[in-house]
Amino acid sequence: MLNSLSYGLLLFMLSSGLTLIFSMMGVLNFAHASFYMLGAYFAYQTSTYLGFWPALIVAPAAVAFLGALTERYGLRTVHKFGHVAELLFTFGLAYIIEEFVHLLWGRAPVEYRIPPILDFSAFSIYTTQYPAYRVFMMLVSVAMLAALYLALTRTRIGLIIQASLTHPDMVEALGHNVPRVFMTVFAGGAALAGLAGVIGGNAFVTEPGMAASVGTIVFVVVVFGGMGSLAGAFVASLIIGAVQTFSVAFDYSLASILTGMGVQLDPESAWYELWKVTIAQAAPVLPYVLMVLMLIVRPKGLMGTREG
Amino acid sequence: MLEVKDLHAYYGKSHILHGVHLSVRQGEIVSLLGRNGVGRSTTIKAIMGQVQSSGSVQFKGEELMGKKAYMVARKGLGYVPENRDIFPSLTVRQNLLLGQKGRKESGRWSMEDMFNIFPRLRERAEAPAGVMSGGEQQMLTLCRTLMGDPDLVMIDEPTEGLAPKIVDQVANLFDEISKRGISILLVEQKLTIALRISQRVYVMGHGQIVFEGSPDDLRANEAVRKEWLEV
Repeated sequence: MLNSLSYGLLLFMLSSGLTLIFSMMGVLNFAHASFYMLGAYFAYQTSTYLGFWPALIVAPAAVAFLGALTERYGLRTVHKFGHVAELLFTFGLAYIIEEFVHLLWGRAPVEYRIPPILDFSAFSIYTTQYPAYRVFMMLVSVAMLAALYLALTRTRIGLIIQASLTHPDMVEALGHNVPRVFMTVFAGGAALAGLAGVIGGNAFVTEPGMAASVGTIVFVVVVFGGMGSLAGAFVASLIIGAVQTFSVAFDYSLASILTGMGVQLDPESAWYELWKVTIAQAAPVLPYVLMVLMLIVRPKGLMGTREG
Repeated sequence: MLEVKDLHAYYGKSHILHGVHLSVRQGEIVSLLGRNGVGRSTTIKAIMGQVQSSGSVQFKGEELMGKKAYMVARKGLGYVPENRDIFPSLTVRQNLLLGQKGRKESGRWSMEDMFNIFPRLRERAEAPAGVMSGGEQQMLTLCRTLMGDPDLVMIDEPTEGLAPKIVDQVANLFDEISKRGISILLVEQKLTIALRISQRVYVMGHGQIVFEGSPDDLRANEAVRKEWLEV
């Protein structure tokens, strides 16, 4: 339960940035998870020199800077050639970042560890020890999201961002520097992904494949929650987080359920192999099944506002 | 104050404006008339820097051609679009705040002025702007642009679809704007309000200016009205 919550919150840190960038620019940033990976690697590098706590600030800031450069000198130039060009641009960028990580840090996972001060168990439930670092992850996520919410709803720049999400031309005609707002949002989204990398990289594994593995899940979250909806992304993050965490623990298969209902199954029955697959075995595919079902039943997602 | 010369504008490959000339003096109300699709809205958008264009747009002696829309706005040009681009999820007050260019109120208009001119906006101040009626949204769009303290406002079809009583309120606001020394370039299809409040009128046809004169000149010129205005 707590694991699913901390994982879901981490997913939301990623998907919120992606959602903001999507609703503003109308483009899915394929390199978003790469920023997450860079966050983890930067944090690893920083922590070998300065320790974990400075890395918590330095790594997201560095990722934000890269995000700003990407928007200013990359996307803004490509923008006039349309959405397909932008999409391909971010796609290519994701590969460049991955190869770059290979070159600098190698293909094997790096030794990015939880700081010793947080490496103890906070409490135990029945016989399970709950690691303090997971609690710390949740605290950071919640604090960050509260800050994001307040910034978007209570500050002037937040209001300008909200208005630019839907009416960029009008906001610009009122004298606001909308290109700079775009850059800020892109950098902010990248910083959120970077921070998620800092606190997620040592809880899981920091390796060159981490972008690809988390990236697809984040897209599932964004599609499931509804493109461009922050609230939808939040609910979807928690749901997908729970699905991924819980399903691993269930050892039931359709066969065992059918047998429980009194249906006799033997190795000669049709599709016997399929019935025997347990939920735990199917866990990796469940989020995608959910996404496909959502697209069939409600194409705009849980709380999406725009079609397609 | 505003001097537009030989303005051409394009949407992709289609050439919409073919050398538009017009001018607006300090404190003047000027109307740009014509049927739908002749390029009136495009003219304003080209002045604002929101469509691809060429030619010359001088404002207070400064060339604006090629400047980005937010720079044009900061020079003192206000734009009230036809489609009432309010920010629907923000409150009325927040919409007005975003009209201001800086953090503080400055210049000729305060939020209090707006609430006094349109008491309805005060009543709805904390409501999301998206739930207001079309007329209320039109007032809000106008007031939001005024909060940016423009020296000239370009207003696209402000009375489109409004009840007669609200049209009168809007006309009064135009008088008030003009009294404070602000120029107005009004795009209209209906002659009634335009002829009543304007000092000069232009008529557009096929992406060009086809008539220029006083409202009385236009009233007297039946040929122009028949060919370019009446349906």
